[in-house]
Amino acid sequence: MRAAIVERVIDVAALLGEVAAASHGATVLFVGTVRDVNDDRAVAGIDYTAYVPMAEREMQRILREAAERFGTDAAVIEHRVGHLALGDASVAIAVAHARRAQAYAASRYILEALKQRVPIWKRESYVDGTREWVTQQGAVVAQQD
Amino acid sequence: MTVTVLLFASYADVLGCESVEMSLPAGATAADALSRLRALPGGGALPPAPLLAVNLEYARAESPLQSGDELAVIPPVAGG
Repeated sequence: MRAAIVERVIDVAALLGEVAAASHGATVLFVGTVRDVNDDRAVAGIDYTAYVPMAEREMQRILREAAERFGTDAAVIEHRVGHLALGDASVAIAVAHARRAQAYAASRYILEALKQRVPIWKRESYVDGTREWVTQQGAVVAQQD
Repeated sequence: MTVTVLLFASYADVLGCESVEMSLPAGATAADALSRLRALPGGGALPPAPLLAVNLEYARAESPLQSGDELAVIPPVAGG
């Protein structure tokens, strides 16, 4: 299992190769890409930043959690930082398992956990020239008791 | 003792820097460092209870700090 923050284009074929094994009957690849509209605003691009050592540690922990829950020990995740244009892949997750149900469930779990707690931030640039740090639904925003 | 406070994204913007070296008395907590941070120019814009991490792990405000610790003040995350 591998988790990395990268500053280059994500090579999804390489991720698929990384989790490949003859014992797997199912491989799920999730790719998150920069969308042209967010909250009714026309997006021109997104700058991603991360607290890299903590983000990699937290993503690795999420992969371990998925392995414990779903038995998916073949999983890899890369999240890109820097300036991304429309359509660029910001995140890719490849998960493989003998059966599809576990691979699907693990892929979903990994992405949702990433969105909730991995220290990565995005600043959207809009077509009108403005830009803004984005807060996403579901993210933990403050200390909780 | 000295700790390094890291700021990111919108928090780095409001304080105008990405890290602050801070001298604190022995026994100080993350909350003490946060109070010190609020007194800096722009620090008043930080929310009442931001997420915190000490040495790469999420931590509570009452966590005690040791010299050399890295305290990160974490804005709402937005990966994906």
